[in-house]
Amino acid sequence: MAKVTSLNVNGRKMAVDIDSSVSLLSVLRNDLDLTGSKYGCGEGQCGACTVLIDGVATRSCITQVGRVGGKQITTIEALEKDGKLHPLQEAFIAADAMQCAYCTSGMIMSASALLAKNAKPSRAEIITGMNGNICRCGTYERIVQAIQIASGQAREVA
Amino acid sequence: MIDEHNLFDEIEVERYELFDAPNYNFHFDRRDFIKAFGLGIVFIVPAARVLAQQRGQGESGRGGANQNLPNDIEAWIHVDEKGEVTAFTGKVEVGQNTRTTLTQSVADELHVPVSSVHLVMGDTDLTPFDLGTFGSRSTPTMVPQLRKAAAAAREMLIAMAAEQLNVAPGDLRIVDARFLNHDKSKTLTLAEVAKGRKLVKVIPDNITITQPKDWTIAGTSVTKVDARSYVSGKHRYTFDVKRDGMLYGKIVRPAAFNASLVSVDTQAAAAIPGVKVVTDGNFIGVTAPDQQTVTKAANAIAVDWKSAGQPSNKELFDVLRKPATNQRGGGGEGGGGGARPQGSMADGLAAADKKLEQTYTVQYIAHAPLEPRAAVAEWNGDQLTVWTGSQRPFGVRTELAEAFHIPEDKVRVIVPDTGSGYGGKHTGECAVEAARLAKAAGKPVKLTWTREEEFTWAYFRPAGVIDIKSGVKNDGTLTAWEFHNYNSGGAGIQIKYDIPNNDIRFHASDSPLKQGSYRGLAATANHFARESHIDELAQLVGIDPLEFRLKNIKDERLRAVLQATAKAFGWGKSKPLSDHGVGIACGFEKGGYVATCAEIAIEPPSDKEDKTNRRVRIVRVVEAFECGAIVNPRHLHNQIEGAIVMAIGGALFESIQFDDGKILNPHFAQYRVPRFSDLPKIEIVLVDRKDIASAGAGETPIVGLAPAIGNAIFNATGVRLRSLPMAPRGLTT
Repeated sequence: MAKVTSLNVNGRKMAVDIDSSVSLLSVLRNDLDLTGSKYGCGEGQCGACTVLIDGVATRSCITQVGRVGGKQITTIEALEKDGKLHPLQEAFIAADAMQCAYCTSGMIMSASALLAKNAKPSRAEIITGMNGNICRCGTYERIVQAIQIASGQAREVA
Repeated sequence: MIDEHNLFDEIEVERYELFDAPNYNFHFDRRDFIKAFGLGIVFIVPAARVLAQQRGQGESGRGGANQNLPNDIEAWIHVDEKGEVTAFTGKVEVGQNTRTTLTQSVADELHVPVSSVHLVMGDTDLTPFDLGTFGSRSTPTMVPQLRKAAAAAREMLIAMAAEQLNVAPGDLRIVDARFLNHDKSKTLTLAEVAKGRKLVKVIPDNITITQPKDWTIAGTSVTKVDARSYVSGKHRYTFDVKRDGMLYGKIVRPAAFNASLVSVDTQAAAAIPGVKVVTDGNFIGVTAPDQQTVTKAANAIAVDWKSAGQPSNKELFDVLRKPATNQRGGGGEGGGGGARPQGSMADGLAAADKKLEQTYTVQYIAHAPLEPRAAVAEWNGDQLTVWTGSQRPFGVRTELAEAFHIPEDKVRVIVPDTGSGYGGKHTGECAVEAARLAKAAGKPVKLTWTREEEFTWAYFRPAGVIDIKSGVKNDGTLTAWEFHNYNSGGAGIQIKYDIPNNDIRFHASDSPLKQGSYRGLAATANHFARESHIDELAQLVGIDPLEFRLKNIKDERLRAVLQATAKAFGWGKSKPLSDHGVGIACGFEKGGYVATCAEIAIEPPSDKEDKTNRRVRIVRVVEAFECGAIVNPRHLHNQIEGAIVMAIGGALFESIQFDDGKILNPHFAQYRVPRFSDLPKIEIVLVDRKDIASAGAGETPIVGLAPAIGNAIFNATGVRLRSLPMAPRGLTT
């Protein structure tokens, strides 16, 4: 079976020794101890495992690691830089956009991909863009607000 | 101190999962634990009568559950040498923000900043015994318990500071963790007082706690205390726990519920390098050094299962109408302590101008917490430590002790703040499985359930059938109310309507599926049936649904939320648009009062879902909620919003499909849960009652949505939908 021997994760080249058919999520979590990306369904249905592959939001649970060997992988762990949170992370706190927060990493990664494509998405565009991510606690309204805050379209939150 | 006896009397019937027999029977042995604290001050809450762990003992109904544990239950506050405060509670954080609620309550009582208070939660070695995080009990019981400890700590620290400063204790107060005398000429920090001391103090029984009107930190919207660790992905859930030398585990599941093992061939799996196969009765599991190998090994095990025919959704409600053959524990007839009929149904019906008989049903639904069940188990000799996401750490400790035949003091259960529960994580089956694998492997084992396993092998919100017979006068006065709930449960079954003749009962059934607690329990089903039926009666006598309710409700708190909701919604102010409808519903449960107004729109079929059926879109929801004094307005707001969104699923489309002991839709692709696109405009009205002790708020806000939506659909279409979910494939009529 083909092997993957190195991955570009969060701007660093990491040596691994993994069968190419293994899911990227499993490699991130179990081999690289980057546990911010979550398992929620293993079928690409809930978005908890979302990471960026060359900037594109991708479900790492259904992505074989062999397909991303040469690409830039970005996980939630890379968003905080030198102790400073990313604007989306700040906005999620400001909007209280979480309860159990198990979906939060995936939400933030999906939102960052959305904002990279569309700096000021409308409410409808946010809802369409985020619809693949499940928050079972039902904090959707607050996540919408957080994305609006991070994109400079809202400030105050109830 | 805390007397949870009332709670015990009210343990609802539908907490079936607490009475189920264990899944496995193992055979093992035991040794000893010690923990220590450094210097500092430890405050001990004296004896409180606290409820026994309610565990099923089989036949005698709730009898077996009533084993009182030792009376001395300690709740601790610890102030270390740096003046940092640690509070200990057996409650767990599952997204309801109780960590923040409790932290700010302790800070409030001690007069220290929120940032200097740390909570140790849900660790059976470190925290006082706790029954579990359910029943909306954390706020009404744990807040006052920790406040009493904190108040005693504050008084004692003031006495110590007074001695140090040589002033009278009455001359000192604490502001922001500093002791100040009247003219601020003498000050000390908390650290300077606590430093180097090791004292134990029993909290006086008569200690008084700060009343809501005098709160400074409680009552404000303190930010989720560990929000930063969540948004940065750093928080370690059970799924993320790692131990040295840890293996991965997997269980080979039966082909159907109640299936028995015919044969198993483990040879091919055992031949895979690094794999260990464990079989013990009906337990079949494997361990391996990595997840890929363990999955491969589990798939390599050839198993034959045999199961007899079992019911499907088609026969469900007929099955539930039959009396239970097996008496279950918990609750009495009528639920919630045993209802007694009042007046005479015959008289009530005779006095009525109009009578109505209707049946309502609810399907099984799944909690589907985004973090499925998981556990990491580690044995050191006969000592067992398990990390697991459970709402009952002490209950899981008992399950583990029983499964491995060791004393409870050999078992430590640690619950990391967990990826939600909604009442669905009361049981310890995953912890038991992980511990069994770890015992065999001689190494720590992590076992994480797949989404399919979580959907299949956890437990469901009970399905149910509800029959209502009622009578009403033409002027809108209710005269008779007969209510029978089959299987779903007794929570929220009692009425706040003033009906002189009523007979309200719960009837136990044999459930085809494993069922148990769910956010709000049967209060959702009972409110759906009752509030739909009330709407039908209002219709029958031609009275506005709001007016009809107010005419029959005297309870001031319920009237207040009804009126607040109606006002914010603009009830009766304008006619709904064409193809739109409005509905209202109200209710009471667990100390919370709720009223919900909804506007829905009937829309053309959507291409994606069903090409022929019109769909129901929820346009707007307004909900007023009152649960006494509000501890954290923003988090309360968040809980209510979340409950409304979660309620949409059960109201419109969530339903477990099953046949012959198999779950047919155990994936998010088949079991639809609410998503961003289902989000209505939501407006919350918080009613703050500083004169009333705070009740919990995680559950009751969920009960009003389904009936409000059903009533709105009737308003729009003239079609009355009496089954939850109401429109899984859109409107079929």
